[in-house]
Amino acid sequence: MSDARDANSSAAGSPANNTGQAELPPLLGLDGGDAPFADCVLSSRVRLARNLVGFNFVNRSSPEQLADVVHRVQSARLGGGGSGFDGGVRWVNVQTTAPVDRLMLFERNLISRPFVEATHPRCVAISSDETTSVMVNEEDHLRLQMLAPGLQLRALSARMFALDSSIERSLEYAFHPRYGYLTACTTNVGTGIRVSAMLHLPALHMVQELERVQRAAKELHLAIRGFHGEGTESLGDFFQISNQTTLGRSEHDIVEQFAGSILPQFVEYERAARRAIMERDLAALDDRVFRALGVLRSCRLLALDEAIKFLARVRLGVALGRITDVPLSLVNRLLLEVQPAHLARASNGELGNGRDDRAARARLVREAVRG
Amino acid sequence: MQHHCDRCNNPAVVHETLVHDGKKSEVHLCAEHAAEGGYILPTQGGPTLIVGKLLEKAAAAASAPQRAVKCCPSCGMTMAALRESGLVGCALCYRQFEEELSGLIQRTQEGATAHVGRHPAHAAELIDRAAVRNRLSRDLREAVSREDYERAARLRDELLALGEPTSDSAAEEASSESSSGGGRHA
Ligand SMILES: [Zn+2]
Ligand SMILES: [Zn+2]
Repeated sequence: MSDARDANSSAAGSPANNTGQAELPPLLGLDGGDAPFADCVLSSRVRLARNLVGFNFVNRSSPEQLADVVHRVQSARLGGGGSGFDGGVRWVNVQTTAPVDRLMLFERNLISRPFVEATHPRCVAISSDETTSVMVNEEDHLRLQMLAPGLQLRALSARMFALDSSIERSLEYAFHPRYGYLTACTTNVGTGIRVSAMLHLPALHMVQELERVQRAAKELHLAIRGFHGEGTESLGDFFQISNQTTLGRSEHDIVEQFAGSILPQFVEYERAARRAIMERDLAALDDRVFRALGVLRSCRLLALDEAIKFLARVRLGVALGRITDVPLSLVNRLLLEVQPAHLARASNGELGNGRDDRAARARLVREAVRG
Repeated sequence: MQHHCDRCNNPAVVHETLVHDGKKSEVHLCAEHAAEGGYILPTQGGPTLIVGKLLEKAAAAASAPQRAVKCCPSCGMTMAALRESGLVGCALCYRQFEEELSGLIQRTQEGATAHVGRHPAHAAELIDRAAVRNRLSRDLREAVSREDYERAARLRDELLALGEPTSDSAAEEASSESSSGGGRHA
């Protein structure tokens, strides 16, 4: 991350002023190992879509106008009130930064895939702990996003609203008395809030219940996607679940229903499947997870999809206490580090066009999980 | 695309495509000439209010031309382009295409029709004013359709007296409208 960090960093935001707001709940387990529901939830995320008054939306703006939006947001105050940017703000000019760094930000879930691939003026503000980012000129002028390991949506959304209020003090949002916060896509209008969690559901896959999960998600009006948001085919049995509607219910209701009721049910369903498998056929489960660990410990060439697949199996073994010499936080970290841009950066290389990175990936993983 | 007023050379803030006897023509008017023509303009940089056009149409009576292609005066979006891209072009589009969008929004939002939840700190009062404005606009439209022009004129005066939102004080329409005025962008 260090090169991207240096490339476009600006001075940290001014220190937090005393806004008199109640203290926000702390986020737990920043390395992911002991976060709530870490056994079944890789990470959770809250994002808000916002647009500025006085500018056309991004899809109807000229590059000059978009550069103007960037300038306007960069001169606004993002920090304060426990909003995520209190430790300072790093700005990355995504239009000019190296492709490998752009992709790395995507792999870290700090920017979206369309934001990587766009060509217009755009930038992202990233907090020093990398839990908070603000994309400027994604589909909307502002996409505020906060990310935490495990299931921590309540704590995240409290922070998010503090950030939103703090930004609103220096930028005027487009707001409609009937439709609320106005967004480029009508699927985001109203609250503009999207809450999501990356679930790990390997046991439900093993007992062939994934189809029921998909159906349940659909009935509950939830969107369900694979590892990086593309398609529904999921690598490593990771599924991102999120709310699909943003109008007609308050942010609080949306978060409470999702974090308080819906997600715990999915997690309980997965946990029940895990218990059933342990009771029914522990030897088969052990074979599956230790065989995967064996591959990671001895491989010499490791493709990305294989890496995710075997890391996911090891993750299950660790979560169930079968594998005890690999911490969950290490598995979480490796799920990031095996990805192409991270790997390229670690091996001081550029992103090769079809360059074979399997040997480098195998070396990285082998050394990390050495027995 | 920067248009100038049809009657003088000032920048136009009202743009409309009209069809008359099967022929298409475009109307571009500056603030002053638009006001003269019966369009109600907010004090600063706002858009034409639809009620102004209704009044003008009513006054033109039977020979009133029909609008052909509605186009957002701020971003130039048409409903066809909006459908194709799936994206709204600017805040003013939400007003300009209110009827068309309300159906689309209901479909994408599982039947929800109105926002509940957070709002900008300064929006509360304006949300109330917006409700009054909406009621007056509705009454005005009714009056026009009944051809009760005396009442319509009075309602129009009340609407004007309510004060049009300005870009620095309003949340409601400033937020959704201040970007209008024919490409007036900071
Ligand atoms: Zn004129
Ligand atoms: Zn528009």
